[in-house]
Amino acid sequence: MFNYNIKLALKSMRRNPIMTALMVAAIAVGIGISMTTLTVHYMMSGNPIPEKSDTLFAITLDSWNPLRPFNDDRPERGPHQVTFHDAERLIALGKAKRQTAMFESSLIIEPVNEDELPFEAGARVTNADFFSMFNVPFIYGSSWDKSADSAAEPVVVLTRELNERFYGGEDSVGERLTMQGIQFQIVGVIDNWEPTPRFYDPINGGFQDINEMFIPFTLTRALELGSNGSDWGWKSEETTTFEQWLNSESVWVQYWIELDSGSVNDRDDYVTHLNAYVGEQKKLGRFERPLNNRIFNVMEWMEYHEVVANDAKVLLGLSFLFLLVCLLSTIALLLTKFIGKTNEISLRRALGASRKVIFNQQIAEVAVIGTTGGLIGLALAGLGLQGIEYLYDAPAGLVRLDWIMMFAAIGMAITSSVIAGIYPAWRVCQIPPAAQLKTQ
Amino acid sequence: MLQMTQIKKVYRTELIETHALRELSLSVNEGEFIAVTGPSGSGKTTFLNIVGLLETFEHGTYMLDGKDVSRLNDDDRSAFRNQKIGFIFQSFNLIPDLNLFENIDVPLRYRGLPAGDRKQRIENALETVGLASRMRHIPAQLSGGQQQRVAIARALAGDPKVLLADEPTGNLDTTMAHQVMDLLEQIHAAGTTIVMVTHDPELANRAERNIHLIDGRVSGEEFVHSQDEIPQAVKLNGSEPLVAQL
Ligand SMILES: Nc1ncnc2c1ncn2[C@@H]1O[C@H](COP(=O)(O)OP(=O)(O)OP(=O)(O)O)[C@@H](O)[C@H]1O
Ligand SMILES: [Mg+2]
Repeated sequence: MFNYNIKLALKSMRRNPIMTALMVAAIAVGIGISMTTLTVHYMMSGNPIPEKSDTLFAITLDSWNPLRPFNDDRPERGPHQVTFHDAERLIALGKAKRQTAMFESSLIIEPVNEDELPFEAGARVTNADFFSMFNVPFIYGSSWDKSADSAAEPVVVLTRELNERFYGGEDSVGERLTMQGIQFQIVGVIDNWEPTPRFYDPINGGFQDINEMFIPFTLTRALELGSNGSDWGWKSEETTTFEQWLNSESVWVQYWIELDSGSVNDRDDYVTHLNAYVGEQKKLGRFERPLNNRIFNVMEWMEYHEVVANDAKVLLGLSFLFLLVCLLSTIALLLTKFIGKTNEISLRRALGASRKVIFNQQIAEVAVIGTTGGLIGLALAGLGLQGIEYLYDAPAGLVRLDWIMMFAAIGMAITSSVIAGIYPAWRVCQIPPAAQLKTQ
Repeated sequence: MLQMTQIKKVYRTELIETHALRELSLSVNEGEFIAVTGPSGSGKTTFLNIVGLLETFEHGTYMLDGKDVSRLNDDDRSAFRNQKIGFIFQSFNLIPDLNLFENIDVPLRYRGLPAGDRKQRIENALETVGLASRMRHIPAQLSGGQQQRVAIARALAGDPKVLLADEPTGNLDTTMAHQVMDLLEQIHAAGTTIVMVTHDPELANRAERNIHLIDGRVSGEEFVHSQDEIPQAVKLNGSEPLVAQL
């Protein structure tokens, strides 16, 4: 009966091509638009590192102005980056299972091959723990040793892309790159890695490309590396020399830790550690605000920075309303279409089709229409997502339909069209079998 | 085969109540060929619809093939129609975008017969009405007479206990009407019970018994000729077309 219903559905769709096209189009557009927004939402709100999101934490220390909070609207929040010297000292204290300080910078790379020009590349200045904390995949080599951190050795980890560019994708571990007049030794090349959102740095953009290379945080001083990322300051202090800048109260370093577990105990322990540290600093006349040190796991940090903007949520709601409107017009079209079917249905009833059989036949038809609409809607969503990438200048492939979303789209198209079909199908079932004979 | 006792049918609209059948009683024996005649509005179609379980009625009882079908629910009536009754309508009522094979297939599908069995029945039925070679044609490619023969084939393919025909020749010219009547006679001769509504006294005369309805009641009945006078019976399931030349 299933095959028969599908066959009848196709015949019925062909009988009225314009109406069929309109219904398919209504569903395709509705699905296309809602899938586009849903995918964007899903990508934005997805857990970028599910295996560890509970044990990785960003920290905030309230080192801000005693006279006013960092954020007037949210006075309970401290600044969401830390000063360079606090980061340096916290790293030295260790305490967490793993920890890293980091900021974005950029360096000029001297040509590797003859016909190239010097090239400025973005760098994440960080610690060896960065790679193991965030499960960064390597194709060649590995992270640098902790000893390289303490000795401030000029070592570098390249992205796959940069390695392609300079070494044609060959294993470049052990090669040397000259940057800022210093020879850096390549210790590793990471594989494609695009956590979405870029959870470890929502401050500089949750949907940016990752930086092109990674170098030790301890090189900051020697190379006088400035930050390309955001920084905030409150104190008027002399910062003419680099050393003054490093010792200033400006916050421009991000600080992440990994704990053994995400348990309340472990969290409290670490906050106690922070409080103790801040207590020491208070004695030196810093941290004049009330004690306010906090840690946030990955999803809390995403929420904190509203990685999923409210506009995106509103847009999602609107697009589902739009889908609803498309379905309502599908219902109207189906009702119109079924009027034209009265004779046939009445005949089929006379020939022995029960109401249920007729109902199923109509539902099969809307399901076929829904599937067709869903497939076209998927294609539209694909285009829509490309458009969004283009509009927002997002890295290619950032927002794409994965299998889950594709199944979701088809499932949604079928479900919603079947729901739209229930009332018209029920109406059709009410056509009496005798209408046929009477009207003649 | 079927017994109706004191059947009443009233149509109610906001404005008016129409007594389409008033205490109609009638019985039809297995293998009979009955013609129902009567003036327009006398209740012939209503009667046929009730016989065919297309409509319900208020009062009275109806036994069909040994079973009381007076108060069956919709599903059971659908199944009964599908298995026991063959319909032939005045306006053929074929589905325009299905070919002849598929049209005849419709009631067989609802019976849930296996594909091989359906194919066999469809081919036999089309053979019987002499249209086996047109199996893949669509109704619009046939003449009116041929279309009505397809409708007859559709009714026959299900091997019905009773064949109901409402003005089966009403839309046909005289020659074609005669050919369709010949076919019905031959089907009857093969043993099928037929109840036919007609205006045409000449056609009515070719049945065994005439029932005359007036105002929703049987006003008279008349035996036209007995079974013996029927032209020689022809086997329905035989491979020879009954009416090769229509
Ligand atoms: N669905 C209906 N609603 C209201 N009245 C109806 C309905 N069907 C039939 N009637 C009325 O019932 C009466 C019998 O109708 P029916 O169709 O059975 O007559 P008929 O003998 O078949 O007539 P004709 O020879 O014109 O086909 C008529 O008065 C008709 O108007
Ligand atoms: Mg009538």
